[in-house]
Amino acid sequence: MRTPMATDYSFPDNAARAAAAADEFQPEKMSLSMGPSHPSTHGVLRLQMELDGETVTKADPVVGYLHRGDEKIAENMTYNQFVPYTDRLDYLAPLANNMAYAIAVERLAGLEVPPRCQAIRVITAEMARISSHLMGLGAFGLDVGAWTVLLYTLEEREKLYKLFEELTGARFTTSYTRIGGVTRDVPEGWLGRVNAFCDQFLPILEEILRLLTRNKIFMDRTVDVGVISKTDALAYGLTGPNLRGSGVALDLRKDKPYSGYEQYEFDVPVGTTGDCYDRYLVRGEEMRQSVRILRQAIAKFPEGPWYATDARRIFAPPKDKVMTSMEELIQNFMLVTEGPQMPPGEVYFEAENPKGILGFYVVSKGGGVPYRLKIRSPSFCNLSILPKACVGILISDVVAILGSLDFVMGECDR
Amino acid sequence: MSAEFVTAFKSRFPMAVDRASADHPAFNLPYDEVVPALRFLRDQWGFELLMDLTAIDGGPGTEPRFTVVYHLLAPNRGATYVRIAAPCAGPEDEPAAPSVVGLWPGANWHERECWDMFGIRFDGHPDLRRILMWDGYPYHPLRKEFPLAGVETDLPVADIQEETGTRVVAAPMAGGPFVASTGEVNLTEAEPRALDQSWSDRRVQPGQTPLRQVKE
Repeated sequence: MRTPMATDYSFPDNAARAAAAADEFQPEKMSLSMGPSHPSTHGVLRLQMELDGETVTKADPVVGYLHRGDEKIAENMTYNQFVPYTDRLDYLAPLANNMAYAIAVERLAGLEVPPRCQAIRVITAEMARISSHLMGLGAFGLDVGAWTVLLYTLEEREKLYKLFEELTGARFTTSYTRIGGVTRDVPEGWLGRVNAFCDQFLPILEEILRLLTRNKIFMDRTVDVGVISKTDALAYGLTGPNLRGSGVALDLRKDKPYSGYEQYEFDVPVGTTGDCYDRYLVRGEEMRQSVRILRQAIAKFPEGPWYATDARRIFAPPKDKVMTSMEELIQNFMLVTEGPQMPPGEVYFEAENPKGILGFYVVSKGGGVPYRLKIRSPSFCNLSILPKACVGILISDVVAILGSLDFVMGECDR
Repeated sequence: MSAEFVTAFKSRFPMAVDRASADHPAFNLPYDEVVPALRFLRDQWGFELLMDLTAIDGGPGTEPRFTVVYHLLAPNRGATYVRIAAPCAGPEDEPAAPSVVGLWPGANWHERECWDMFGIRFDGHPDLRRILMWDGYPYHPLRKEFPLAGVETDLPVADIQEETGTRVVAAPMAGGPFVASTGEVNLTEAEPRALDQSWSDRRVQPGQTPLRQVKE
């Protein structure tokens, strides 16, 4: 116990006084648990922090509150049955997850889907990217005190959800892909409506970004805050806009194209300093680039089948045939009960998702059920940098960093 | 580039055995060559990103039972991947693998997840705690003998009970708190599954010993 200064009449010697003073100004560290239900932790992330005044001296993220055991579940169901579970990984961009999973399993089967199917997947994935970035941007604005942005972005996202609903039948959990194709072809006139969305979206996007880009308060909260160096970003396995914000131009759509991304022209935005502001700028520019890809994909939308017609043991036959023809009925029955038949082997496929690189490692021992399915989720890896990034900064900056990392706990905890 | 680094890698590590793979170059390596091999790939061949670290359980009684799998990506060399797999050392219920946190700090959480899910001890890991399950959870759920329906375990609330004096009761495992009672219904029996998973904590899997709790 320290003696209160007022009653401390005697001063024995200088050394003891200095020691007492040092003791006086060495306040106790406070421990603060932020989350798992906290508005700025975007879900159920919990940060166990140690504070010295307002400065964070130690941050230990606690994850797992949303752990559902998706990988265990995958080992017990057929490949197509797992598609709805992929919706619930990054539930802000389910169409992109569907696509990544389907391509991973198709690689295992050595199956190439027709160009029309690839184009549909690219269109849906880019729309998912826009909707995910809109939400990320709105929530980031909200975190640092800009309410209005969210209202604008939600309105635009709603328009996208209307289009998703028309295409897939669901707004949120779309489950749109099947192994070897998609559930249904695009509806009549749908592509025109996507184009119309792009036309009206670009000016609104500029308006939304104008609310933040040169906003004094926003810049004060984000510029030079939460700087992640190039080396750190690589060492911690950051991907997506967070890695590109730190200046590494890694975009798998460009570097290792899948699903026909090599046909489209687009630029990969890269940050310079790796602070929260750069990550914001990268996301904003990515939405413009996604619109570019959408326009190109719609302009040269190919004719032809929208699923792999030659993969009879993988993709279900058309419904009208199932009802009328014995052969197709048996085929459909086998597919539903035993699953799409895969050869033994293992495959690792990664797709450039809105949040970062989503990877699926599928180990098969043959048959319709994976032996092991590992999900490499970008949010999990992106969050692993928090213990390093959150030390020595103010607690209000932690909120800005969390907002700028744009993670989803459904994907992190799986 | 792919062929070049494969030749260089194999001449540097003659112990590396080709691993069957449908996509990327893949090698099997013994336990003690993992760290030097990964360092070689990172420093000499630009595999700067550890994309994924995970494990495969071969099932009870297989040899080797657990295999740790690494996926590396070289971003500047045409985005090339390589897969390295290494069987775990040690007995079946206490597998061990070398930690690569010294090479990539990002491996920290991946290795914690592997420990949590499979019970693989990573030698040299600075802070090997559970990550997705709670501290003190007595099983490793991704092991093949762990039933899909889960196992009823005590809630991690000993301190809460002590402080509040109230009993904490777990919600029924089916359907959350809104389901009145699940009775003796075994979920895996009730629900059709692609695989036979009818065993649970109350009914031992045929030909297997009962599930063993982990003591930490």
